[in-house]
Amino acid sequence: MSNLRTEEFDINMGPHHPSTHGVCRLLLTMDGEKVVKVVPYIGYLHRAIEKICENRTYAMCIPILDRFEYVTAMSCNYVFSLAAERLSGIEVPERAEYLRVIMLELNRIASHLIFFGTTAMDIGALTPFLYALREREYIMDLFEMTCGQRLTYNYIRVGGVSKDIPNEFTPKCRETVATISDKVEEYKRLLNGNPIWKMRTIGVGKLDADLALAYGVSGPILRASGVDYDLRRDDPYSIYDRFDYNIPIYQNGDVYDRYMIRLDEIQESCKIVAQALDQIEDGPIRAKVSPNFKPAAGETYTRIENSRGEMGVYLVSDGTKKPFRVKARGGSYPHLQLLPEIATNCMIADLVAIFASFDVILPEVDR
Amino acid sequence: MIAVGITVALKEILASFGLSGGLLSVVTYAILASATFGLLSVLALFLVWWERKIAGHMQQRFGPMRNGWHGWYQTLVDGLKLLQKEDVRVATRDKVVFFWAPVMCFIAAFAAYIVIPFGDGLIVADLNIGILYIMAITTFTVISLLMAGWGSNNKYALLGGMRSAAQVVSYEVPMVASILVVVLYAGSLSTVDIVNSQAGNFLNWNIFRVPYGPLAFLTYLVAAIAEANRTPFDLAEAEQELVAGFNIEYSGMKFAMFFLAEFINLFTVSAIAVILFFGGWHGFEFIPSFVWFFLKTFAVVFLLIMIRWTYPRMRVDQLMEFAWKFLVPLTFLNIIIAAIFKHFGWYWEL
Repeated sequence: MSNLRTEEFDINMGPHHPSTHGVCRLLLTMDGEKVVKVVPYIGYLHRAIEKICENRTYAMCIPILDRFEYVTAMSCNYVFSLAAERLSGIEVPERAEYLRVIMLELNRIASHLIFFGTTAMDIGALTPFLYALREREYIMDLFEMTCGQRLTYNYIRVGGVSKDIPNEFTPKCRETVATISDKVEEYKRLLNGNPIWKMRTIGVGKLDADLALAYGVSGPILRASGVDYDLRRDDPYSIYDRFDYNIPIYQNGDVYDRYMIRLDEIQESCKIVAQALDQIEDGPIRAKVSPNFKPAAGETYTRIENSRGEMGVYLVSDGTKKPFRVKARGGSYPHLQLLPEIATNCMIADLVAIFASFDVILPEVDR
Repeated sequence: MIAVGITVALKEILASFGLSGGLLSVVTYAILASATFGLLSVLALFLVWWERKIAGHMQQRFGPMRNGWHGWYQTLVDGLKLLQKEDVRVATRDKVVFFWAPVMCFIAAFAAYIVIPFGDGLIVADLNIGILYIMAITTFTVISLLMAGWGSNNKYALLGGMRSAAQVVSYEVPMVASILVVVLYAGSLSTVDIVNSQAGNFLNWNIFRVPYGPLAFLTYLVAAIAEANRTPFDLAEAEQELVAGFNIEYSGMKFAMFFLAEFINLFTVSAIAVILFFGGWHGFEFIPSFVWFFLKTFAVVFLLIMIRWTYPRMRVDQLMEFAWKFLVPLTFLNIIIAAIFKHFGWYWEL
């Protein structure tokens, strides 16, 4: 049998493939079932968002940036608004800060729910996906109730938020947060003890802290590798210091830890939302900002903790009503870059699991 | 070959029309084959609908609802759609292999039903090697999957075909070993004899009667899921990795043949489980025997469907490890234990 001729072959995974979560093309060199080489090809979703922003006023940039990372569009709204506010020194009213935190955390929960569903689906369990989307639906209802949109919100504006929450929002939000917190326990019961799930995730796609830091990995993936780094605490923004929450840390950096950390984060976000709902008081929701406002000339790099890691905007203003340069930084880009590093020499099924555990979203990579 | 029940009756009827000799046999078996084919086609359509309903209800949705009451003729219209669809054939395919793969899959799935007793006397032919025949004929499925993978000239399909070949060959061993435990106690390979050895009280069913019968059933069930290519062992068509695996290039009726064969195989493995472990058609006398058979088989099918929509998929190397390092030793150990118990007569007598 030893003189049987075998050869490696190339296989195109994507741009259209069920588990690339968008249009990413992975050129795999395979030795049977084993992946010898991975080369990600990106750019299929490039829409020149940054360039478009240069020709829009600040207020018009926000709906464009909604499409930057559409799973957590609130964060995109927020990070750009925050950058513009920092440039021009706008003070945001108290109530608006609370509303922003509530929306950001709800959006983080929604994003992690999608992660939970798609990861389970990529490992072959189809049912959790529908469970996760059922819970996400409650959050989408809350968003729809507030700003009329379910995916691209254009809700957080420079100087505040666009609309106040309706009266029925608070009780419904409390109920939703409590439900989701319970449901996460249910998810853990359903999957964590499952021997097949453990076989497929524990020890797969190990990422150590040094490599993660070298590649600029951030967010849950970094924390799953044992690095205690969360921008909500380490580079404070908004009013996160007023809430009592934990930042979950896991040590192994495998697919299982990256999955567990997100489930834990859902519960922590639920805590933050509940506290914010307790603390919020009546007041104005928006500072007076002209639609054509002109920030002072200058530049800023503003970053926040998104569900996929550090989301940042580098904003250069030349004192006119349009930004001179907008550079958006998403967490997914370094994560995708890392894929060849840790997915080489694994099985193709593991590659899919690793890719899913990175929770890469392609519009954020391509912009 | 011993003709029983329905075959004998049909032969007598046909003989009264003046048929005799070789022609009589041919006509008899042609009629029986068509009847089985018709029954199984309807059954496959039902199973597709049923699986979609169960999956739907497990996933907080309804499944098909539009066509008829709870979408009962959904699969029928799906089938009609597939009939009308263009038969897309890639230019670089291997023409002969590509064409015959679905046909072979289909035939292999149906041929097993020659020896499956649907009820008391409702069997086409009671071969004295019944179970062995089923094992042999269902293995043709793997050849067809390999043919589909090779003939499509597609890398995903090839990977799927190779996976299924490795998988089915590995799981054939524990499957046969689990069956042997039952054969040891029944003293026959004939499906009718195996069922008749479990007549009477439900405590006579092999799962209760044979020592370690539940273990044999569990190992059989695991191997059967792998044979039927279903989650957690659905590696051949793992849609998240290989998109659709071996049938990626198939469309229209050829795809439908693979699809129907898959559901027929699901029913086959469940029917074998019922024959081997749950007393086949035996039950309380006042209900017809075929009703018992179908009730029990659908119960096993239901279990398999629940498993499919609950578990994640295994990885290919874990799958092989599980078969050779765990399942095979376990089933062999079970045979040895069963043989010892049989030798000393430590089991529930009829």
